[in-house]
Amino acid sequence: MTTAWEDARRPRIVAIDGDFPGARLQRMWETAPGLKGWISSVDHKEIGKRYIVTAFVFLILGGIEAMVMRWQLAAPNQTLLTPEQYDQLFTIHGVTMIFLYSSPILTGFSNFLWPLLLGSRDMAFPRLNALSYWIYLAAGVFIYAGFVTGNGPNDGWFNYVPYAAKTYNPGINIDVYALGLILLGISTTVGSANFVVTFLRTRAPGMSINRVPILTWGTLTASVANLLAVPSVSLAFFLLWMDRQFGTQFFTADKGQPLIWQHLFWMFGHPWVYAIVLPAMGMVSDALPTFCRRPLVGYTPVALATVATMALGFGVWVHHMFATGLPSLALSFFSGASLIITLPSAVAVFAWTATIWTGRPVIRTAFLFFASMIVLFVIGGVSGVMTGSTPVDWQLTQTYFIVAHIHYVLIGINVFPVAGAIYYWFPKMTGRLLDERLGQWNFWTMFVGFNLGFFPMHIVGLMGMPRRIYSYAPEMGWGPMNLVISLGALLFAIGVLLLVVNVAVSLKRGCLAGPNPWGAPTLEWSIPSPPPPYNFAVIPTIESRHPLWEHWLNESPAPSRLTEGLLLDRGRETIATTPFDAEPNLILEMPADSFAPFILSCGLSLGFAATLFHLWWVAALGGLIVIGALVDWFWPRRVHADMEAANG
Amino acid sequence: MGGVAAIALVLGGSPEGALSSPMSYLRTLGPRADPATVLLWGMIALSLAVVAIIAVAVAAGIVARRRPGSVDSFADLPAQRGTGGLAWFWVGMPLTVIALVGILVWTVAVLATIDSPKARPRLTLEVTGRQWWWQVRYLSDNPAEIFVTANEIHIPTGEPVLVKLVSADVIHSFWAPVLTGKTDAIPGQINVAWLQADRPGRYHGECAEFCGIEHARMGLDVIAESPATFEAWRRGEMRPAVTPSSALEATGEEVFAVHCAVCHSVRGMGLPVVRRAGEHGIVGPDLTHLMSRETLAAGTVPNTIGGLSGWIGNPQALKLGAQMPKTYLSGSELQAVVRYLETLR
Repeated sequence: MTTAWEDARRPRIVAIDGDFPGARLQRMWETAPGLKGWISSVDHKEIGKRYIVTAFVFLILGGIEAMVMRWQLAAPNQTLLTPEQYDQLFTIHGVTMIFLYSSPILTGFSNFLWPLLLGSRDMAFPRLNALSYWIYLAAGVFIYAGFVTGNGPNDGWFNYVPYAAKTYNPGINIDVYALGLILLGISTTVGSANFVVTFLRTRAPGMSINRVPILTWGTLTASVANLLAVPSVSLAFFLLWMDRQFGTQFFTADKGQPLIWQHLFWMFGHPWVYAIVLPAMGMVSDALPTFCRRPLVGYTPVALATVATMALGFGVWVHHMFATGLPSLALSFFSGASLIITLPSAVAVFAWTATIWTGRPVIRTAFLFFASMIVLFVIGGVSGVMTGSTPVDWQLTQTYFIVAHIHYVLIGINVFPVAGAIYYWFPKMTGRLLDERLGQWNFWTMFVGFNLGFFPMHIVGLMGMPRRIYSYAPEMGWGPMNLVISLGALLFAIGVLLLVVNVAVSLKRGCLAGPNPWGAPTLEWSIPSPPPPYNFAVIPTIESRHPLWEHWLNESPAPSRLTEGLLLDRGRETIATTPFDAEPNLILEMPADSFAPFILSCGLSLGFAATLFHLWWVAALGGLIVIGALVDWFWPRRVHADMEAANG
Repeated sequence: MGGVAAIALVLGGSPEGALSSPMSYLRTLGPRADPATVLLWGMIALSLAVVAIIAVAVAAGIVARRRPGSVDSFADLPAQRGTGGLAWFWVGMPLTVIALVGILVWTVAVLATIDSPKARPRLTLEVTGRQWWWQVRYLSDNPAEIFVTANEIHIPTGEPVLVKLVSADVIHSFWAPVLTGKTDAIPGQINVAWLQADRPGRYHGECAEFCGIEHARMGLDVIAESPATFEAWRRGEMRPAVTPSSALEATGEEVFAVHCAVCHSVRGMGLPVVRRAGEHGIVGPDLTHLMSRETLAAGTVPNTIGGLSGWIGNPQALKLGAQMPKTYLSGSELQAVVRYLETLR
């Protein structure tokens, strides 16, 4: 599908002139209206927005689950929920927040933003991108179908065996989880592969790897980690499913080894935690400096720290298993690794703080979310250091201290940056600004509610309250603190609701944003809001990290060229560049909109659903649909650009 | 440090403090738990200091450096390359490294200290995690001195006690916060923990690994007694059960043999017990000296006549999902069996 640069043609360099070449590109890149276009679209901006909306819906569902649990725990000996209901609730809450919200929301932002940040017209594999979304949606629906019918996973998101084995858990609950996560793993894998190739090959000419925004470093690093980590959990769930359905003995106590589950799970689980925060940290690294009116302090250390965090992140999984009876020597090693991983995080914290101190911050809602995230990150970080110390962790583990820690990490380093990112990039997505006054209310409600709800969890954890208990006795003394936690959580939920209200109101009535409402430095702000389907009328040429601030910073000998560049208008085309220096060397033929990804994921979902109930013939039918969709996907099509080149 | 001391006072300073709990490990007793507790307090202090420094740095930075006046358009706000930012790394990173290396050295030192007891333990227990209670076997080289009890672990003060942890079903975690941190009980392997209480007392514990629907009701108590009191208790536990001395008690024993003995054992019971293949009377706790225990169902119900009757009559009402089914005893049968159980001292 590619044409060698030298052989075929060298695109002309032209200047944008009114509708030229936009009008022509619009016709080529536009998605068909109506349902047909909605299902077949491969536009990264559409897919990104869908990811964000879907993930946000899951965030709200997970939040409702949390509020029901907080009602149950607000006082001792409450009986709103039966134990089994509580177990399914805390499990689906964890699964939702970790798998169906945290990662997909960042995938959504990266999907929407990457080609705009990198000066490209789409992701490297647009149809794969669509496939990734549809499978994610299918996996979410699959797992929730189990939950709403009372067959949801009930052994925590960590799903320890043998409680997850058939002997102790005879229903289909765990099978729903196992197959659902394997399905989701396919989505994550193809999505990650797409990001890696997109990063390496579709940056605008001149955007060498030391000029890309930190967000792309975050998502690239997370994607590489996913490619290495997801196989571990998919394998674990597959083996568990085999144990459950066909009597294999991978995790049994007699012939297998239950602890193997924990190794496989956390070898995935811990890198995953970094994968769901690094892109969010990247958002802060890119957007916070905009409000401080200066470049990020220490771009290179921060980029290197991002990669270092992930590399070290593969060497710390045993700190989830300090109490499992492993030898002390091994525990010391993993303690050391878990403490050392703090260093790259400290680099980021100092970089952000220094950026505030050496800049002139303009206080907007987005800035407040990003700046407060620094503090929440440090709280989640130091409690992480405490749990990294083996003897201390023997007390802290499995208590509410850990619940506090994980929420400071996941809400502090994921939800707060995401909320900031919504305020920051909403104008780019919709053309309208979110309301600033409501935004301030939104921020302060979330900030106060969050700390009121989650900081006391540290204390009640130090008071010995275990996690995953559906009730507790009054003489334990945890009652008053739990009431505070529940009220704080309620306030936090109201804060999230204000965000939803702000989005709903501003979609129609927000101020028009214009291309660059924040005076921001990066490429996405050089094009209209919302961007046209082809993103860039001509492919820009980049000379610095801050193409839109060059007139102030004088970073580069020559200015970046944004209004004149390569003309690629013979069909859906974009430029491919070399992995490091971003020298243009290929024209990429991008695919047209296609039904194949949607049909493929329908077939795949049918296959998984049938497998759950051992309906092998139906599963085979699902497989046939998948094969059919793949045949359509790879069917050779007329290469329109070559035809045009030959004719004209 | 004043702040830390104040927090220490509020959190764990006194047993009557507003935030105290029988499960709190902010104050511990004994050489297994104490070194880790000191480290915990050290890390809490350091963590609070770090959070305070960064929070103040961020807040002060915003206040000190914020652009005065209202900003209507960002287009007119030039971006500048401020200087001095890198100094934050040169100051911050070495401090971070020093703090982390300090913690690491301290951690490894504590780990080495509490890894195994200084003296060779004379007493070894085998604690089996079960859904949802603890079976406790007192091991001995002399088979006649081995006995089994449940949920309440008596130990002598002033000496280390070795605990071998196993599981009969799923993963549990043994945890008595004032005396020791957690060690998992994992099926298919034996984990070893130890604990030592230097003062007599009743120390509460809970299962700390999610193990199913009644994970929340899987408590245990470690009862530390002077060596003499402990020895007296141990001698008592080794004895078989007493023989019924009244007609009502004898009826109760019969009811027990028919309805209860499939799952529960009473050592030295005179009546034959009807059990099917695979049943060994170990699904539920050994009841030979039931009345020496203060609670029933792993800390769920007080061991009183009322508690016992209520529990036997309908366990599911008190602990939904417990392995013990509802028993369909007549009023007189229930009265008899409770009377019999009351003799098991």
